Amino acid sequence: MTTLRQSGRLTSGSRSRWLNADRLFRGGSGAFAFGIIVLLAGIGTLLFISSIPTWRTFGLAFITGTVWNPVTSVYGALPFIIGTLETSLIALVLAAPIGLLTAIFLAELAPRRVAVPVSFLIELLAAIPSVVIGLWGVFVLSPFLRGTVEAWISSTIGRYVGFLAGPSFGVGIFAAGVILAIMILPTIVSISREVITAVPNNQREAMLALGATRWETVRKAVIPFARSGIIGAIILGLGRALGETMAVTMVIGNNTRVPTRLFDQGQTISSQIATTFNEAGVGLQTSALITLGFILLIMTISLNIVARLLVRRVAGDGVGQATGG
Amino acid sequence: MAVASRSIPASLVRSGADRRRALIDRLFRSLALLAAVICVIPLFLIVAYVVINGIGALNLDLLTKAPRALGVGGGAEAAILGSIQMVALASLMAIPAGILAAVYVSEFSHRRSATVIRFSADVLVGIPSILMGIFVFTFLVLPFHQYNAFAGSVALAFLMVPIIMRTTEEMLRLVPGDLREASFALGVPTWRTVLSVVLRTGLPGILTGVMLAVARAAGETAPLLFTALGSRLVNVGDWSKPMDALPIFVYTNARQPIAALNEQAWGAALLLLMFVLTINILVRARTWSVRSR
Amino acid sequence: MTTTTPKRLAALAFVAALAASACSSSGSTAAPTTAATAAATSAPTVAASTAPASAAASAAMTLPEPVSATITLQGAGATFPTPLYNSWFETYTAKYPQVLFNYQSIGSGGGVKAFTQQTVDFGASDAAMKDEEITALPSGTKVLHVPTALGAVVIIYNLDGVDKLQLDSQNVADLFLGNITKWNDPKIAANNPGVTLPDVAVNVAHRSDGSGTTNAFTTYLDTVSPDWHTKVGAGKEVQWPVGQGAAGNDGVAGAVKQIPGSVGYVELQYATQAKIASALIKNADGNYVPGSTDGVTAAAEAIAANFPADARQAPIINGAGPTTYPIASYTYLLLYQDQTDKNKGQDLVAFTTWALTDGQAMEAGLGYAPLPAPVQQQALDSLHTITSGGAPIWP
Repeated sequence: MTTLRQSGRLTSGSRSRWLNADRLFRGGSGAFAFGIIVLLAGIGTLLFISSIPTWRTFGLAFITGTVWNPVTSVYGALPFIIGTLETSLIALVLAAPIGLLTAIFLAELAPRRVAVPVSFLIELLAAIPSVVIGLWGVFVLSPFLRGTVEAWISSTIGRYVGFLAGPSFGVGIFAAGVILAIMILPTIVSISREVITAVPNNQREAMLALGATRWETVRKAVIPFARSGIIGAIILGLGRALGETMAVTMVIGNNTRVPTRLFDQGQTISSQIATTFNEAGVGLQTSALITLGFILLIMTISLNIVARLLVRRVAGDGVGQATGG
Repeated sequence: MAVASRSIPASLVRSGADRRRALIDRLFRSLALLAAVICVIPLFLIVAYVVINGIGALNLDLLTKAPRALGVGGGAEAAILGSIQMVALASLMAIPAGILAAVYVSEFSHRRSATVIRFSADVLVGIPSILMGIFVFTFLVLPFHQYNAFAGSVALAFLMVPIIMRTTEEMLRLVPGDLREASFALGVPTWRTVLSVVLRTGLPGILTGVMLAVARAAGETAPLLFTALGSRLVNVGDWSKPMDALPIFVYTNARQPIAALNEQAWGAALLLLMFVLTINILVRARTWSVRSR
Repeated sequence: MTTTTPKRLAALAFVAALAASACSSSGSTAAPTTAATAAATSAPTVAASTAPASAAASAAMTLPEPVSATITLQGAGATFPTPLYNSWFETYTAKYPQVLFNYQSIGSGGGVKAFTQQTVDFGASDAAMKDEEITALPSGTKVLHVPTALGAVVIIYNLDGVDKLQLDSQNVADLFLGNITKWNDPKIAANNPGVTLPDVAVNVAHRSDGSGTTNAFTTYLDTVSPDWHTKVGAGKEVQWPVGQGAAGNDGVAGAVKQIPGSVGYVELQYATQAKIASALIKNADGNYVPGSTDGVTAAAEAIAANFPADARQAPIINGAGPTTYPIASYTYLLLYQDQTDKNKGQDLVAFTTWALTDGQAMEAGLGYAPLPAPVQQQALDSLHTITSGGAPIWP
C-alpha cells in the first residue's frame, strides 16, 4: 500500500514536476512576450496621459497653432508638423524613384554576383548610426548643398518661385530632406526588392515569351503585381523619415517658425523634442513637447500598420521587420 | 529570377516601333543601373569622410582621456566606457527577454496572440527611438530627480527586445517540427526540448539577430539624451549617475566651435562606425554564405 | 523630507535673519573702499587678496574645507560660464581630489528646471530666477543666488575679409529682426567707413534653448529698439523673427563658424576660444567698444553700489562710461538654502567660497570679469546662511 502509493506519488510527482517546470517556462516566456504588448501600450498610454494638460489648455487648436512660445506659454504644433511632413516629402520625392529603380535593378536585371554585394552595401548604409550621418551632414553635405544645389536653385527658379527663393545656408528643411532621403533609401530598396522577388516567375515568363522587353515585363507584369507591396515599402520609408531624429536635428537649423520656403530653417517634431526637452520648463512646456511626441507616435504607428498590411498582401509575413525604424 | 535577361537580338528588330521599344528598354536598364550606383554612393562618401577625418583624431588621448575644461586635449574615455557599460547592461536585460518572448510566440502561443505580439513588436521597432527616451524618462529619471545610466540602459534594452524577438522567432520557425516531435517522443519535457533542441538548432540565426540589435543600440543617441544624459566624468559602475556614450559625444562635439573638438567628434564617429560596420559585415557575410549554400 | 517641515521653517527664519544682518553689514563696510580701488586691470588681484581676509575677519573663522569623503557634485545650467566653471572644477579637483564635479551645460533655462526638479546639487543661470520661478519651487525649498562672475555678450560674425566691424544698437536690432538681410546694407556701411562689406546674405544664429545669454542680449535689444520691444520682447527664450536655432553658447558659435554670412551672440570667451570675430558695439557714450573684461568691469563697477540684497541683478545694459561695454551680465550659482546632505553642503560651501576668493583670479584670463568687491563680499556673506538640518554649515 505504502510502496504503491509512494511509487505512485513518485511518478505523478515527477510528472507534475515536469509539468510545473513546463508551466513555469511557458508562463515566464509568456510574461516577456506579453510584456512587448504592455510596453507598446505603456508608451501610448503614458504619452497620452502626459499630453492631457496640453489638450485641456489648447484643445485641437494645438495642432493648428503656429506659435511656440515658452515665455507666454502658448504652444502650437503646426511648425513642427509642417517641418516633419515637408522634410519627409522631400525625402520621398528623392528616394522613392531611386530606391524603386534600384530594387528593380537588383531583383530583375542584375546578375547575382552584382546584386548580392550591392544589396549588402545598401544594408550597411542602413546600419550607420544616425548621429554619424548627422556629423557628415554638418561638415560635408551642408556646405556642399549651400555652394551648389541650393545656390543654383535659388538663383534660377528661385527668382520666380518664392518657395524656392534664397537665401540658403545649407542648413534647413531642404538639407534635412536630403539627409532623410539617404537614410530611407535602404528601407525602400530592401523591402521593394523582397516584394518584387516575391512576384511569381510565370508572370514574367509569360510576358517574355510574348516577346516583351524587360521594361515592358516590369511595367506590365511585375509592378502591377507588386504594387501594393511597393507602396507599403515606400510608406515604411516614410515612417522612418517621420521619426528620424539625430541627423535631422543636426542639419535642420532648429527654428520654431512655420517654414515658408524650401531653404528655411525649421524643426521637425522629433528634432524639437531632442533639442528642447531637457531644458523645457516644468509643467505645460514639457507636456506640450510630449504631446508632439504623441502626435508623432500616432503618425508612425498608423503608417506602419498600413504599410505592413500592404507589404504582407504581396510578400507574406515577416518581410522587412529587420529594417524598420 | 531564373529567366534569361537578354535584350532583344538585333535581327528581330524590324520596325521603327520595335526600335523605339528597344531604346526605351535600354534607357530603363541604364536608369536602373544609375539608380543602384546612386544608392551606393552615400555609403562610400560617409565612410570615406569619417575615415579620413577620424583617423587623425584616433589616438591614445581619445581613447584614454576624459574631456578637458577648455577643449584642449582630452578625449572620449568617458564616452567609450559609458557606451560599453550601457550597451552591455542593456544586452543583459534584452537578450534573455527577447529570446524568451520569441520562444513563447513560436512554441506556446495561440495563433491570434502570436499575431498580436508579433505585430506589437513590429510597431515597436518602427516607433521613433526618441519617444522611448521620453517614456523611460518619466518613470526612471523624473521620480529619482536624477539622470542616470540605468535609465539609459533600460531605454536601449527596450529598443533591442523587439528586434531580438522578431529575428529569433523567424529562426525558431525555421527549426523543423520533426526535431521537436522526436524530442517529445523521447519523453523530454517541453522546456528542455526548447532549450536543448529548438534554441540550439536556431542558435546561429539567433546570434545574428542579437548582434544586429547590439550594433543598433550602440549607435543610438536619441533615447539616451533624456536618460543617461551624457557626462564629462568617467563613470564606471555608478548606475545612479549620468553617463556619457559615444553617440552623445559625437553629437555634442559636432556643434562645438573649436576645431579640436570637431576632430574628436570625427574620431569618436570612426570608433562607432568601425564597431557597427564590423558587426554588420561579419553577421551579414555569414548569413549570405549560409543562404547561398 | 516631508517630516522635517517644522524644523525647516525654523531654519528658514534663522537664515532670513542671518541674511539680513549679513547684507546690511557688508553693504556699509565694504562698498566705499573697493569702489575707489577698482581699476579695471587690478580688480582680480584686489578680489583675490583682500576679500578672503575681510570675510574671515567678519566671520571670525577660517575658510571652509571640503569633507574628506569622495563626493561628486552634480550641477546643470548656464553655458555662458561653462569655460570658467570647468576650469574652476579642474583646478579645485586638482587641489582636493575627493571633490568631483559633473556639470552639464544645458543652458540657464535647463539649470533653473533642474534646480526646481531637484535633479542636481546646484544649478547655474545667468538670468536671476524670476519671482514666478521662485514661487514654482517645491515647498520648503529656497534658492540662494550666488553671483560668481560677469561676462560680456558679444556679437560674432562670419564674413570673409572683414576683420573689424562696427555696429550701433539699431544695426544689431535690425540684423536680428530680419530688417537687414545683406551685409552690405547701407545702414551697416554707415558705421563702417572704409570697410568693403560683401554682398552676402545674413544668417542669424540664436539660441534654441532657454538661455541667460539670450536674456541679457534680448534685454539689450528690448532697451535700445522700440521695434524689438513691441515685436519680440526680452527673456530667456523669445520668438525669434528670423534665423536658425542652436543649443548653447557653443552651438551658436559653432553655427556662426560653420556658415558664412552668419551673425550670432555669445559670451566673450566663446568668441575668443574659437577665434571668431566679434563686432565693436557703439555704447551709451557713443564710442565703439569691443567686448572685453575691462568693458564689463567698467559696467559692473558703475552700479555695484546698488547691487540688490537678494543678488538678483538684471543684465547691465548700456551702462555709462567711455569704455563701458553695453551688454554685460552676472552669472549665478543656484544653491539650495537648506542642504539635505550635510557633506555635500559642506563641499558646496567650501568650493563656492574658493570660487569667490582664489577662483576670481582665474576670471580675467578666461574673458570674464571678477566680481566687484562689494558684490563679492555680499556673496561670501550669503554663504554663511546656508544650513543643513537647521544649523549653518559655515557659521
